Amino acid sequence: MTPVLETRALCKTFGALEASRDVSLSVRPGEIHALIGPNGAGKSTLISQICGTQPPDSGTVHLMGQDVTHLSAAARARAGLARTFQISALAPELSVLQNAVLGALGASGGSFRMAARVMGDAALLVEADEALDRVGLTAQRDTRVSDLSHAQRRLLEVAVALTLRPKVFLMDEPMAGLGADGSRALTALLADLRNEAPILLVEHDMDAVFVLADRISVLVYGRIITTGSPRDIRADAAVREAYLGEETP
Amino acid sequence: MSRAAVVNAAIALSILAVPLYALAADEPFLITLATRAAILALAGVGLNIALGQGGLVSLGHAAFFGIGGYAMGIVAFHAQSFTPLMIGPLEFQGSKSMPLIWLVAILSSGAAALVIGALSLRTSGVYFIMITLAFGQMLFYFAISWPAYGGEDGLSIYVRNGFPGLNTLDPIQFFGICFALLGAALWISARLAASPFGLALAAARQSVARAQAVGLNVPRIQLAAFTISGMITGLAGALFADLNRFVSPTMLSWQMSGEIMVFVILGGTARLFGPVAGAALYVLLEHLLGGISEFWQIYLGGLLLAVVLFARGGLVGLLAGGAR
Ligand SMILES: Nc1ncnc2c1ncn2[C@@H]1O[C@H](COP(=O)(O)OP(=O)(O)OP(=O)(O)O)[C@@H](O)[C@H]1O
Ligand SMILES: [Mg+2]
Repeated sequence: MTPVLETRALCKTFGALEASRDVSLSVRPGEIHALIGPNGAGKSTLISQICGTQPPDSGTVHLMGQDVTHLSAAARARAGLARTFQISALAPELSVLQNAVLGALGASGGSFRMAARVMGDAALLVEADEALDRVGLTAQRDTRVSDLSHAQRRLLEVAVALTLRPKVFLMDEPMAGLGADGSRALTALLADLRNEAPILLVEHDMDAVFVLADRISVLVYGRIITTGSPRDIRADAAVREAYLGEETP
Repeated sequence: MSRAAVVNAAIALSILAVPLYALAADEPFLITLATRAAILALAGVGLNIALGQGGLVSLGHAAFFGIGGYAMGIVAFHAQSFTPLMIGPLEFQGSKSMPLIWLVAILSSGAAALVIGALSLRTSGVYFIMITLAFGQMLFYFAISWPAYGGEDGLSIYVRNGFPGLNTLDPIQFFGICFALLGAALWISARLAASPFGLALAAARQSVARAQAVGLNVPRIQLAAFTISGMITGLAGALFADLNRFVSPTMLSWQMSGEIMVFVILGGTARLFGPVAGAALYVLLEHLLGGISEFWQIYLGGLLLAVVLFARGGLVGLLAGGAR
């Protein structure tokens, strides 16, 4: 089974700091691959290299077997990479619906149409409304993004990713700040979503990670120290020391 | 009708009312003033597509205004002097027809905007401001040192160009042409803002990361907006030259770029009618205060300061209320 997404020996340094050290990982069809690690381990930097917003010093990124390392971030998004940001990056002056329509528009490739009315485009609206419904933001449909709560912005990030109908999702801490109920609802959504496209999930919420993940990779100081099933990871002494030790009393 | 729509209608009607009153009261100078406001508003509507919709702070839009002006000057000059313009082996007699002149103005300023935009959009922020300014200055000095069309002294066109079926020498008819073109540009600007392209452009302004993440080609979208913006400002330049029957390097100066930007900011960036309100206010102040003191722009500076500090939505934002 060829992986949907694969990184091969990605290396990236910021001065003396090694953010990625020979990072090779894969995301297979239908799986949720969780990436965990302490603060500053290099998780977001890895996502950025996969999405093309930061270039790696060396190494390659492959999507469906194709080398996409030379493609721009926008071209990778069109090729099927959908990302949610750790710090929400939405269009703050636009409404929730407009942000979702924007995703559908990007996926449709019609962003140079100048004569049509975008908010009258039935196909885009259907796509956007469906995504908003799935994350539970239908009631906020016409709210300006700048008026949303933190948790609502996190959910809109996910909704916009849904409208892209990608080949793989890359989610950077989607549960952060959602609260217990919110996390539970999003966990249910992600569990369902893996059937549409696999997910590379960066998450600090260990309950969610152990419920959702098919495989877990542990990143420490830019290096993947181990990859395995949730059971393996729970039992791994190095992981306990490096990371989980901080979580369990 | 929403409050914003009422404000927009009021702005449009007041620009229309002045020349109609002037016609009744037989004060042709007031018509010229209103025509000047409409033309400058048109230049501002052009800039606002880049600045308001695209967030592209161009301090070089005088380049397009001036190119439009010189397009009119050069085409009409060859017609009035009966000296054909040689373009390679082709011979062009020049023309005194407004529609043709407008087409030349739009195409040449659009071509310039495409080139300047392609080079400038590699940068952003303050570098973008500086590089657009630099391109504007290059064209300004080029016009000064190019003797064929008057150099520093500029170029006079003796008779206003014609428009089929109208008498353009009649001030009110020329005003009508300018007002109609302003209306058309506003319509285009509104349609653009509501289109898929407009949504993509707005998203690229508000969050480049978001625009990229949904697969939008941000540089190309911004370049298209910059080019359309330059075309409209170029058309305004052709009309401005026709109003004055004169074109000179002043139209290309950075002060001109600044003036156009002042209209947009005074009236309110991000507001469809912002440049219209801004240009009307500017012309009004120039007329009223210009008589009192030749340093009237000091008052303008104070007003601009007040708008930037206390009314970020500009005049239209203040009147229409609500966000953006
Ligand atoms: N652009 C940058 N320039 C310099 N250093 C950076 C840059 N981006 C990230 N870093 C550093 O690289 C390291 C990895 O950062 P990164 O954001 O990838 O960590 P992370 O695993 O996502 O952490 P967190 O769990 O807090 O989100 C950190 O030490 C960070 O300070
Ligand atoms: Mg991070």
